Amino acid sequence: MTKLLAILIDGSIYAAWVFLMGLGMTLIYGVMKILNIAHGSLYALGAYMSVSLIGFYYATGSFPPMLGYAMLPLAAIAVGLIAGLLIERGVLRFMYGRDEVVMLLVTYSIFLILEDAAKLIWGVDPYFAYQPYGLLGTVEILDLIYPVYDFLLIAISLCCAVFVWWGLNKTRVGKLLIAVIHDREMSMAFGINVKLFFTVTFVIGAAFGALGGAVTAPKVSVVPGLGVEVIVLAFAVVVIGGLGSIEGAMIGSAIVGIVRAAAVHILPEVELFVIYGVMALVLAFKPHGLFAGPEVRKI
Amino acid sequence: MTAILQTNNLSIQFGGVVGASDISVTVNKGEVIGVIGANGAGKTTFVNLVTGYLKPSSGTIHYMGNDVTRLTPREITDLGIRRSFQIPQLFDEMTALDNMLTAQSVAPKVVRSFWMPLQRSDTMEIAMKRLEHFGIVDSAQQEVSMLPQGVRKILDIAMATIGEPQLVMLDEPTSGVSAEEKFEVMDIVMDAFAQQEVTVMFIEHDMELVERYAKRVLAFYNGMVIADADSRQALADPHVREYVVGKEIHRTHAPQGEN
Amino acid sequence: MNTSKDNTLRTLSIGLILVLIFGFVATDWLRFLVQMSLATFLVVLGVMLQMRAGLVSFGQGLFYCLGAYVAGMAGYFWGITDVFLLLLAGTAACLLLSVVLGFLLVRYRGIFYANFSLALSMILYGLLVKAEILGSTDGFNVPHSTFLGFAPEGETLKITIFVLTSVIVYLVAVVLHRYLSSTYGYMGDAIRQNELRVEYLGASVRSLIHKVYVIAAAISGIGGVLTAISVGHVDPDLAYWTTSGEFVFVALLSGTANVIAPIVGTFLLELLRTYAFEYAPYTWQMILGVTMLLVILFLPGGIWSIGAERRTEN
Repeated sequence: MTKLLAILIDGSIYAAWVFLMGLGMTLIYGVMKILNIAHGSLYALGAYMSVSLIGFYYATGSFPPMLGYAMLPLAAIAVGLIAGLLIERGVLRFMYGRDEVVMLLVTYSIFLILEDAAKLIWGVDPYFAYQPYGLLGTVEILDLIYPVYDFLLIAISLCCAVFVWWGLNKTRVGKLLIAVIHDREMSMAFGINVKLFFTVTFVIGAAFGALGGAVTAPKVSVVPGLGVEVIVLAFAVVVIGGLGSIEGAMIGSAIVGIVRAAAVHILPEVELFVIYGVMALVLAFKPHGLFAGPEVRKI
Repeated sequence: MTAILQTNNLSIQFGGVVGASDISVTVNKGEVIGVIGANGAGKTTFVNLVTGYLKPSSGTIHYMGNDVTRLTPREITDLGIRRSFQIPQLFDEMTALDNMLTAQSVAPKVVRSFWMPLQRSDTMEIAMKRLEHFGIVDSAQQEVSMLPQGVRKILDIAMATIGEPQLVMLDEPTSGVSAEEKFEVMDIVMDAFAQQEVTVMFIEHDMELVERYAKRVLAFYNGMVIADADSRQALADPHVREYVVGKEIHRTHAPQGEN
Repeated sequence: MNTSKDNTLRTLSIGLILVLIFGFVATDWLRFLVQMSLATFLVVLGVMLQMRAGLVSFGQGLFYCLGAYVAGMAGYFWGITDVFLLLLAGTAACLLLSVVLGFLLVRYRGIFYANFSLALSMILYGLLVKAEILGSTDGFNVPHSTFLGFAPEGETLKITIFVLTSVIVYLVAVVLHRYLSSTYGYMGDAIRQNELRVEYLGASVRSLIHKVYVIAAAISGIGGVLTAISVGHVDPDLAYWTTSGEFVFVALLSGTANVIAPIVGTFLLELLRTYAFEYAPYTWQMILGVTMLLVILFLPGGIWSIGAERRTEN
């Protein structure tokens, strides 16, 4: 019974963590039809930026400790803006319209570049920024002890989900974005500034990815290569959910989270196997994911 | 008269659009049938259903008495059905000759090899002959993405004639072909088929071609077959006139049987 | 068309002779560099083969690593050191795994295929890193190889391995070149250009991609075995995404038009890597990334396409 609860809670925490990555990736794919492998390095950059900001914040000792949490979204926004704009305006906009796999190679190249950029800026030694993690203490649920921080993670993810849902469905801009997702050319014909949407979407998507790294940073030691494992997982999430679907990313994260938690508690070695096994299973019945869009007729 | 193709209550929807509605058609061996209808009426959808590219939501397709409803395009091709495409489906980076060679080596019952080169004197001879037969041998060494639409169309059809097809479905065989050449192309295509007693169904918008080459006409409208009769009868049908043909047939050549 | 095939064959044969001569006269370091290039060249050929069918494999390291580890394990745990047996074992393992995985992979294309292949290689990486018995992240050493009873040492051993590597790579390149001109070779290209038409012509695209995947896996496995016995050591990094990325890099850089192109590409890569690590250690990935972007932007056919027009006129 405790095990079941552990799996549920662990699964939720994991799902929340992986959702932030999946959200950004699926958003970018939905709007721009680009599967952004560089999201892994955006995650890493978010983590690095986060430890830097947190380190700076607590080092001075003169700021209220609880306000330090503002460093997390701050780091995310900073990376989203700087890296996001650099990538989109500096590289991607010259490549629009190219084949999806070519775009994949482009984002892969960007991934390689950013990995080294992080090394050049922050070096290769591990970084720690435990304050936000430790400050909230722990909570006990039925014999299980959890850091409160992990629940903050869930809260943040839910906020992001609600924010995106509200943004897409309740605002004018959101509705326009949905139009762009469905039919880029038609949107242009209607006068929607698709280029602007691309830039803004990429920055927001990048910020979500960076947020994933930023909130993780206090829990781990931040080292080079942080982003690679995440990409492999995020991919499973967005594929299960259906590329381009926000609800899909949510369900996909939930599935991956629970499955992974179950594996970790029962047979840890098969963790990645199981996640990909589930993905293969979903794809066997729904080749484009659970919430995929309709197929365009070719002939 | 042996039935070679039989569809029963064939239906499919694309979201809210009806692609095919209760299509029941029987095609006999050796027939030449013209398939007409406005754009979006369901003609290509019909071909896509029969050749396995689409799976119907209900209804069956029988070929030579066997149920082929759930088969894939490859299995359908194996059985002897061929089709050409509205938009020519070619290997754009290859030359016309290589396209033909590839099609030849990939055909059902041909032995494929990991070792023997694709371009051998024997295979190339056959391929060149085919290209010659269809009048496009001059384009043999050119990359097909550079070729004019008409030549691409013909190559597309030529590739569909390989092997010994029993049933061939042509999707707008002369669209993109210049007006002067339409008859020439159709003559070549239809002659070849007539010699081999191939059953032919061709989709066409040019009514003259339909009149000239088809003995029987299937008229589509909104996913339904609104007429299924011999050409004269079908083309004179008031529904067909209203939804497909228009009231007057514009002639550039005298109709067959007249001076 | 026939003359071009003879050209490649002739170039390969001349190349082999030159490489062998080089091997006897060159310094240890340089010879080792060339040897490594030859081994990784095989893996790049594997990537190239899939690229020609329109599929990008971001995880070819899976088979590279598998071949290397099988060869290493055979020697380390069971004392098998005969290179021919090792080659057999490594290739067999890759054949087996690729046949099984192929059933899953061939249902996908484009970005799915790329990411799947990435994930599979990372799964192997994860398994090896956790495997204490295999040395985890440190890997383990591979015992010296023997050659049908002949057990050389020192300088002779190095030269023998070099000769073996050169000859095997030559044979694989020749066979592959022949394959690319064959029916199946063209079918691979046809799949990239119009998969639907291939199905409509009567061939199973999935079955074909499966064959391509298996062949690519086998060649990569051979490359892995050769690397294992050349370096004398194996570790999980062989399956890491960055290793696979380098193979993609070379394939992209060289272009997929001809089997010879990646040879130059891999050698340049090894050369670049050696100097980059010495002078600018944190920029290796960056250099690769920037070069890839430039190639994608300006040279979509790879470096090989630069001389292409001139060659076809001949």
